[in-house]
Amino acid sequence: MTEPPARRMGDLPSRGTPYGQGSSANLADILERVLDKGIVIAGDIQINLLDIELLTIKLRLLVASVDKAKEMGIDWWEHDPSLSSRADDGYRSLTDENKRLRAEVEALREGGEALTAGDEESEVPAPRRTSPARRSAPRGRKRDES
Amino acid sequence: MTGSLTYAYAVARDDGSLREVVSGLVGVVGAPVGLVRAEACEGLVAAVSQVPEQDFDEAALRVRLEDLDWLEATARAHHRVVDALAARTTVLPLRLVTMYRDEERVRAMLVTRCGAFVSRLEDLAAQVEWGVKIYVEEPAAEATPAPDPGAGLSPGRAYLSHRRAQRHAREASYRHADEAAGRVESAASAYAVDRVRHRAQQGGPASERGENLVNDAYLVPLRHAEDFRADVARSANGLPGVRVEVTGPWAPYSFAAPAAPEPPGRSGP
Repeated sequence: MTEPPARRMGDLPSRGTPYGQGSSANLADILERVLDKGIVIAGDIQINLLDIELLTIKLRLLVASVDKAKEMGIDWWEHDPSLSSRADDGYRSLTDENKRLRAEVEALREGGEALTAGDEESEVPAPRRTSPARRSAPRGRKRDES
Repeated sequence: MTGSLTYAYAVARDDGSLREVVSGLVGVVGAPVGLVRAEACEGLVAAVSQVPEQDFDEAALRVRLEDLDWLEATARAHHRVVDALAARTTVLPLRLVTMYRDEERVRAMLVTRCGAFVSRLEDLAAQVEWGVKIYVEEPAAEATPAPDPGAGLSPGRAYLSHRRAQRHAREASYRHADEAAGRVESAASAYAVDRVRHRAQQGGPASERGENLVNDAYLVPLRHAEDFRADVARSANGLPGVRVEVTGPWAPYSFAAPAAPEPPGRSGP
C-alpha cells in the first residue's frame, strides 16, 4: 500500500493487452455493468426511471444477445411504433409499452421460460403506479440470493 | 439551435498521467475525451466528452435507449473510456448516460461529492474486478448415445433407458456445477475481498453453450489477481458438463457504489 495505484495498475500485464476486455468483451457482460452497476448520480438530464425499467425488462428478454436475437429474426423493437423516433409523445407510449412488456414477461415466465429477473432492489426502484405485483419476481430473487 | 451536453464516464484521481491517457481517446459518438478537474478536491477528475444536445437530451434518450444498436455502440464506447482509465489508475465508473449541462456542472458535482469519491477510490485502490460465470452444458449427443438396436431391448425399453441416461447425465452436471461453485468460493475466500451477484444470463449464444447458473463479480487485490484467475479457471477441471468462464480484469463497475446495507428480511450468502 505504499506505491501509487497508478504504478501498480500498470504492473498488471493483462491490462491493455488483447487478453483484457477491450473491445472484444461480451456485450451482455458490458451491459450488465454499465447499465446495472456503476455509480448512479442524478445528472442534469433526468432519465425517467420508467424508461430505465422498460429497458432492463427488454434486456432481460434479450440479454446476452442482441446479435443473436437479430440473427434469429427477433427484432420486434425495430417495428414497434411506440419505439420509433416519436420523441414528442414518447412518454405516454412508453408507459403503455411498459404495461405490454410486463404482460409479455409474465407470459414468458408462465410459459416455462427460464427467464430470470434478479437484483431488482439495486437497479430499478419500482414505480408505484404500475402493476406492483408483477414487480416482485420472487423466482429471480431466489436465484439471485442462493 | 442545438448546443452540446457533457457526458461523464468516470471519476478518478489524477497523478498527472491521465492527460496522456485521454489524449486521442474517443468516447461516445466519436467525441474526444477530456478531463474536468476539481481544484477544490485534490486530484479529483472526471472523464467527459461533449455530445450533441439533440441526441442526448431527455426526449432523445428515451427513444435512443431503446435502440439496441445505439445502446450497444454507446455502451461499448463508455466501457472503452472506463477501461482505458482503469488501465492506469483506480476509477469509479459512472452509470451509462450520466449527463450534465456543461463542464462547470460536472466540476460542481465533483466538489460536492469530493469526500465520498476520494474515500471510495481509496477503498478500491489496487483492486480489479473479475467476472465468474458457471455454466451447465447441454449433455453432448455422444455422451448419451441412442441405444444400439442390437442390444436386445425392445424399442420402448431402449427409449426409456436412453432417457434415463440423459437424465442422469444432466443431474450429474448440476452436481458438478455445485462442486465447481464450491471451488470458486474457496478461491474467493483465499483472494477476493468482495463479491456481487449478477443475474444469470439467459438466452442468446450463452444458452446455446449451456445454462448459466452463476454470474458473479469478485473484487480482488491486484497482487492476487492472477492467482485468483488461475484457480477459478481450474475449478471445472475433472467435472464433466460444467464450464467456468472468467472475464476481466474489469474496472470495479460492480463495486463502485459502496455496498448498500442488506434490506431487512433478506440474508446474504
